[in-house]
Amino acid sequence: MVKDLSVDLCGIRLKNPVVPASGTFGFGLELAGDMDLNVLGGISLKGTTREARYGNPTPRIAECEGGMINSVGLQNPGIDVLVGEKVPSLRKVYDGCIIANISGFSLDEYKECCAKADACEGIDIIEVNISCPNVHNGGMAFGTSAASAAEVTAAVKAVCRKPVFLKLSPNVTDIVSIARACEDAGADGLTLVNTFLGMRIDIVRRKPVIANKMGGFSGRAIFPIALRMVYQVAHACKIPVMGCGGVATARDVVEMIMAGATAVQVGAENLRNPFACPEIAAALPALMDELNINALKDIIGTV
Amino acid sequence: MNKSLYTIAENSLIATKTYKMVLEGNGVEGGEFVDIGIPGYFLRRPLSVCDCEEGRLTLVYKVVGEGTKVLSEMAVGGKLEVLTGLGRGFDPEACRERALLVGGGLGVPPLLLLAKRLKAQGKHVTAVLGFNKADEIILADEFRAVSDEVLISTVDGSVGEKGFVTDAIVAGKPAYDYFYTCGPMVMMKVVCNALEGPGEASLEERMGCGAGFCYGCSIQTKNGPRRVCKDGPVFKKEELIW
Repeated sequence: MVKDLSVDLCGIRLKNPVVPASGTFGFGLELAGDMDLNVLGGISLKGTTREARYGNPTPRIAECEGGMINSVGLQNPGIDVLVGEKVPSLRKVYDGCIIANISGFSLDEYKECCAKADACEGIDIIEVNISCPNVHNGGMAFGTSAASAAEVTAAVKAVCRKPVFLKLSPNVTDIVSIARACEDAGADGLTLVNTFLGMRIDIVRRKPVIANKMGGFSGRAIFPIALRMVYQVAHACKIPVMGCGGVATARDVVEMIMAGATAVQVGAENLRNPFACPEIAAALPALMDELNINALKDIIGTV
Repeated sequence: MNKSLYTIAENSLIATKTYKMVLEGNGVEGGEFVDIGIPGYFLRRPLSVCDCEEGRLTLVYKVVGEGTKVLSEMAVGGKLEVLTGLGRGFDPEACRERALLVGGGLGVPPLLLLAKRLKAQGKHVTAVLGFNKADEIILADEFRAVSDEVLISTVDGSVGEKGFVTDAIVAGKPAYDYFYTCGPMVMMKVVCNALEGPGEASLEERMGCGAGFCYGCSIQTKNGPRRVCKDGPVFKKEELIW
């Protein structure tokens, strides 16, 4: 029997639930020569701000057991280049769901960038990053209290017609209260989780490995924690969730969907295996057969 | 870029903590480095290509941490998953007639492939190779086989000119119209500042994906931000900000 891998995010059909997570797949174009992007359900583009940013000093990467720390610091060419060049170029080679990931340092910046993304024809979903651990006075600061998360959500929703997903930080006491605040403020969906604030020390140099001292920890090691948060949030909210955090295999994807995710983002795994997403998408039908699943839609949040 | 399995055909100690590994497989040719998956470690290890012909890749690496230690303990016949065809390498065409290759320590191996390519184009090659001491010298005979002139420097003076590569260059006064350098960042900075004329340097940076999409290894250049793994690792001297 032909397996139905498609899922529906706020009325947008994804051919499968596999979506490379923001920051782990560039603007899609970087990999267009190496694989057929059209096997991907969606692509979440690299986090974008109003102005171009170089990001943090190097080293930006530190290896860990079962994962890695990154402190890229939102290097990006700015929103005008995103909507004027990156998205139109990607649209020429990719027919799936394009998700713009927007970051900011003020409410005004979030609003201005989201409005521009909303006006860009090629973009299907706007993912608002209120959880970047690698920039000061912005990013995660908005995502660590229910009040400020709701404030960003309402401000962005007021200028967008396209579905708006809020990307949540796991570095909080109660992620469910923040998720609910976003939902109450009008969010169309939620992406969770972003990276966990982490650190490594080079014991020979007696200095932090990362130039910015701390960074976001992600990779296979965080999967159980991310899954737990997805489960809690998906069962507390009605809006769809994109599950993210440590996903590395087709089995992980099914697990995330059973926990309540409608789509599943793959992040750090792309950095160790650039072909992770197409491989996971290709492995899903056989796994569904093994588990007697005919349509992935049927198992969303069934646990 | 291509991901494929390679078989270890050789993995032998050639100098202090330094190994030569020969891999056999069918990845793509070209590119300046490969990214090797090491069992038990999350990120791959980028290693520059020292030689490459008909499905055989020669890599020279030093044990600097746990990952490279595991690599050094792998037996002949073992399999490694390798990303091949990564990075923009040296441009042999940039040299008109006489090339000066300046390598330091583990920066020496990728210059060997360049030396072969330059010779194949009929160009004159002078290689200046710098090491800390005699038991760290690598590939000297291989360079002599493909170069017109090889100058060696050691910091302790145990072999060749005592001091750094720049001391060997001052002493040997090689004629060149273009230089190529790879080695520790501090060495390349001195080389780029000291040597007259155009040249290029192969940079080193801690990498994430190795293929240009994570932006983990970005550097600032005179032409804006560049990714060491994709836009480089080789950059023109004029672009670099030291």
